[in-house]
Amino acid sequence: MTGIKKLVKNQIFIPIAALLLLALFNLLADPEFFLIELGYNSAGNPVLKGYLVTILDYGSELAILAMGMTLVTAASGGQDISVGATIAIAGSVILRVLCGTDPRPETMQAPIIVAFLVAVVVSMLCGAFNGTLVAYFKIPPMVATLILFTAGRSIAAWINNNALPIVNDPSFGYFGNFIPGIPVPTPFFIAVVCMIIMALILKFTTLGLYTQSVGINESSARLNGLNPQFIKFLSFVILGVCVAVAGLIKVSRISTINYSVVAKDIEMDAILAVALGGNALSGGKFNMTASILGAYVIQFLTTTLYKFQVKSDALPAYKAIVVIILVVSSAPVVREWMSNLWKKITIKKQVKEVG
Amino acid sequence: MLKNKIKNLTDTNLLLAITIIVFFVMYISAMVFLGEGFLKPQAFLNILGSNAALIIVSCGMSLVMITGGIDISVGGVVALVSMCCAVYLDHHNGSIWGAILISLGIGLLFGLVQGFLVSYLEIQPFIVSLAGMFFARGLTTMVNTNSFNVKHEEFVALKDTRIVIPGLGSYNRLGKYIDAKIEVGVIVAILVVILLFCILRWVKLGRNFYAVGGNPQSALMLGINVKRTKFYSHLICSLLAGVGGFVYFMHVGSGSASHAMGMEMDAIASSIIGGTMLTGGVGNIIGTFFGVISLSTIQNIVTSVGLDDAWWTGITVAAMLCIFLIIQSVVMARKRKAVKG
Amino acid sequence: MNILVAEKTVLKMRNIHKSFPGVRALQGVDFTLCEGEIHALMGENGAGKSTLIKVLTGVYSKDEGEIFIKGKENAIEIRSPQDAQKLGISTVYQEITLCPNLSVAENMYIGRTKGIGQNWKKMNADANKILQSLDIPAKATQQLASCSIAVQQMVAIARAVDMECKVLILDEPTSSLDEQEVAKLFKLMRDLRAKGVGIIFVTHFLDQVYEVCDKITVLRDGQLVGQYAIKDLPRVQLVSKMLGKDLDDMSDIKGEQEVYNKEDAIVSVFEVEGLVSDAGIKPFDFYIKKGEVNGFTGLLGSGRSECVRAIYGADSVLGGTVKKNGEVIKIKKPIDAMKQGIAYLAEDRKRDGIIGDLSVRDNILLALQVQKGFFKPFTKAQAEAFADEYIKLLDIKTASADTPIKSLSGGNQQKVILARWLLTHPEYLILDEPTRGIDIGTKIDIQKLVLKLASEGMSITFISSETDEMLRTCSRLVVMRDRKVVGELSGEELTQNKIMSTIAGGDKE
Repeated sequence: MTGIKKLVKNQIFIPIAALLLLALFNLLADPEFFLIELGYNSAGNPVLKGYLVTILDYGSELAILAMGMTLVTAASGGQDISVGATIAIAGSVILRVLCGTDPRPETMQAPIIVAFLVAVVVSMLCGAFNGTLVAYFKIPPMVATLILFTAGRSIAAWINNNALPIVNDPSFGYFGNFIPGIPVPTPFFIAVVCMIIMALILKFTTLGLYTQSVGINESSARLNGLNPQFIKFLSFVILGVCVAVAGLIKVSRISTINYSVVAKDIEMDAILAVALGGNALSGGKFNMTASILGAYVIQFLTTTLYKFQVKSDALPAYKAIVVIILVVSSAPVVREWMSNLWKKITIKKQVKEVG
Repeated sequence: MLKNKIKNLTDTNLLLAITIIVFFVMYISAMVFLGEGFLKPQAFLNILGSNAALIIVSCGMSLVMITGGIDISVGGVVALVSMCCAVYLDHHNGSIWGAILISLGIGLLFGLVQGFLVSYLEIQPFIVSLAGMFFARGLTTMVNTNSFNVKHEEFVALKDTRIVIPGLGSYNRLGKYIDAKIEVGVIVAILVVILLFCILRWVKLGRNFYAVGGNPQSALMLGINVKRTKFYSHLICSLLAGVGGFVYFMHVGSGSASHAMGMEMDAIASSIIGGTMLTGGVGNIIGTFFGVISLSTIQNIVTSVGLDDAWWTGITVAAMLCIFLIIQSVVMARKRKAVKG
Repeated sequence: MNILVAEKTVLKMRNIHKSFPGVRALQGVDFTLCEGEIHALMGENGAGKSTLIKVLTGVYSKDEGEIFIKGKENAIEIRSPQDAQKLGISTVYQEITLCPNLSVAENMYIGRTKGIGQNWKKMNADANKILQSLDIPAKATQQLASCSIAVQQMVAIARAVDMECKVLILDEPTSSLDEQEVAKLFKLMRDLRAKGVGIIFVTHFLDQVYEVCDKITVLRDGQLVGQYAIKDLPRVQLVSKMLGKDLDDMSDIKGEQEVYNKEDAIVSVFEVEGLVSDAGIKPFDFYIKKGEVNGFTGLLGSGRSECVRAIYGADSVLGGTVKKNGEVIKIKKPIDAMKQGIAYLAEDRKRDGIIGDLSVRDNILLALQVQKGFFKPFTKAQAEAFADEYIKLLDIKTASADTPIKSLSGGNQQKVILARWLLTHPEYLILDEPTRGIDIGTKIDIQKLVLKLASEGMSITFISSETDEMLRTCSRLVVMRDRKVVGELSGEELTQNKIMSTIAGGDKE
């Protein structure tokens, strides 16, 4: 009994329960959902196919973002809604460096790693911009990031002069698709690398403790010698790095970019992942593992909806309902009401037993 | 002397003053340096015409922001309203009045639900309205995927109705006098501005919005029903988004899932530029009105100096918003220091 | 059924219970208020005064008990501040509960006038009339934020006065007022008493109680001690009732510890000259010797916390020098002070001390970890060892080191914060109100600990609202008034009377 209670209290329980629920639903509706088969892609390389592979594939970029978003949420008590737009910027930068001035070059003008590093720097700058507004000008995160949210896609288009560069080199496609000979989608490996790096950072620095302290009680954190502004700033910069990685995956998938569509609404999914991981959106304590699991659960939901022929444009409506159910059920007011109700029921039961 | 005067201004009036000064400086310098497009009164009326819906939506947004909340679902609601009206008029051959009722009904529904979630269940307004935005956008595509122009006769007549304003006309190149005209939507927008201004100034509920935004705990102690006040602010905002949706629909005359993309952002930007503080309790509807036309003016200026690529608009709006946010943050910090010392 | 037996009773509270997670704030408290009396509600911090007031004004809902008010037959339910207002209960709180963004007049009238419209002309005229009649130096149209705190407090009182109330609650209204303002307030209170209003007066100042009050109700640890007529309860008895022990009981713990007396005991470890911060204190000089316990004393708001905050770099420093062992050091941020061996336990435990959601272990470790650096986290084993050591050492009562600190009682939270700073092995420890709102047992523990640490050579500044506590621990007191250092007492001068007279400015030497 106590074992179950402990499990229920654990933060990871929430995303796992949601995952099981979704899995059960799919199992009952159509067990084919879980089918994975080995096929060959157009280049003749072995690839795994199936809904679960899709979840692993697209959930990975979300998981990368969710990690950064978790830190931002914990430190600043708000969310960055500009990640989608910043992904567009990062993607655009990568293409600009790879293609140079010619939108359709025969060969890449620079090594991919250089392009990626430039994109990292640019997204870190975007993060620094958001971070400065939040930490030093004390503008609420969601509003501060609204600036890049609007301007981001415009800036992305401007970087490439509104052209749509296409990279012809197949090796560029490896990051978002498959590496020849490996049937598992590459984004999953990238996500794993990111997770390992994040785990190492959390283990070998005090980032976790500092971030949580600042998020829970800024004034107190300052008196303990921390610099709350810098911690908040740092969280946005770290998110910037995550965004650059996600941007690389995004543009690599199609070897080009569509400024107004790329990573559209991904900020919603990333925020949702953090919330589904049981992390308070008002900041403070966080659980990175739960956020990552949350990201895959969100993708599970998306893929399930797709499977049931929900059009991609209508998808947000369903997710919005999930969000509302999620936040309503975790709202303190509702929880209190529920626990009172529970108390009343148990008291009635006891009265009955006594009577 | 001047410093003292600034110190005595209320926060609201100080920010309002900044907004109005910035607008006039901008507009007059545009008239002087760019001439042509800015000299005729009709140019100004055109700005009003194309921004009537935004003015209405921004008024609602200011109200919510004054109360200390935010509502980013307004753009989605506007798109949903346009689409529903378009489908109702064209596919079901409905009446104009029916369409107006639909608009108000959608606004009311969103207001009721979001207001309830924010005020009575105490969920962050941003999350609630983010969900509202996605819900509205998703619903819009479910109603109809493709965009189309409405050919309903009565509606087209209403859409093309122009009201002549005497005395503001001008002569064209051929020397012919052309009347200055405005769209019906502008009248609605101006009515909304006046109505809301009066509510915020002379109705107790309006003052309660300020009190709740200024300090919700204190407001509670002062005997204000904080939850109900918050609820009303969201209700009115969404209702105005419904009204704005219809005015928007009257202006564009079509239904599309991509309508009013980013309008919530423009509305927030306008409110901020108009001197509404994000932290709540400070703001003015007249300021918001000037905020909208400032925003539109700067976009026109950017276009007329030759930066007419589509992306410049987004960048300009963001830049202006950023500047005003920083101005606000700095000005208020200074003022607070002046009072303290 | 009519409970209000006595004709003149205006308010009766019976058997009020209220609990918060981990705290039983009120346990069966009774309270009776008559018409035309000023009734002091006394008790130490954490005795339950504020909770009782908040139950009465509808901010908290009571768990159990009944409230009766004159004019209503049955027990009433007060669910919100509006309910309270409607029933004729108005309140002026210690912290200002007005809206800074509104005008003075609006703050006086909002939320309590009938009708839909707002008549500015009439409201401003009415407000000006009241402001004038009460001699409040503010204009009706002024924005509240541009008034000083004292004026804001008086506006709050003006608002309460203007309401036709049967019961007026003044919750420590005098803490930010100067003597003249207090005198004005007292005149007002007497006028209202003559009109038959029942006034509940919560204050820390004993003088004020004996100056204006008719009756006293004493609470202690959430329980009723008793209700007394003012003439039946001399000061000494009041204090002992509040503390729950006779004055003789509080043994002189100073004698138990040896004073630090090695040869370097005369060396000033830290010296401060002309230090001034942006928190509005006048420049001050200060020194502390090795192994010395000194204290800042003065009324609330006299600037004693601001002084130590300036030394620690918690407020931004505008001028002055700090010397350590004779060498000038720069302290701009708390981390600078920490690196110089200064530790600061802040006055407001909830706001500036605990990190509520973090575990006891993380809370203990935080300051040392920050000192150690970003890239050098403690291993789990180290952290556990430190936490366990100090939990044992200070006898912190917690389920485990993993328990979130917010679920501990006030006294144990304070011990955790103390452990946090002791772990950094500071040379100079500043304790700002370390005993506020914690039980007597822990208070004595902390005082003993202070003396023990000092005897081992640590320099300590000890600040407390309770003078007897300071007398028991400190060997030297810096006295403050109106944000200025006005005197220094040591040795023979350390008596209650001498301190009081220096604070009041009675005898200038």
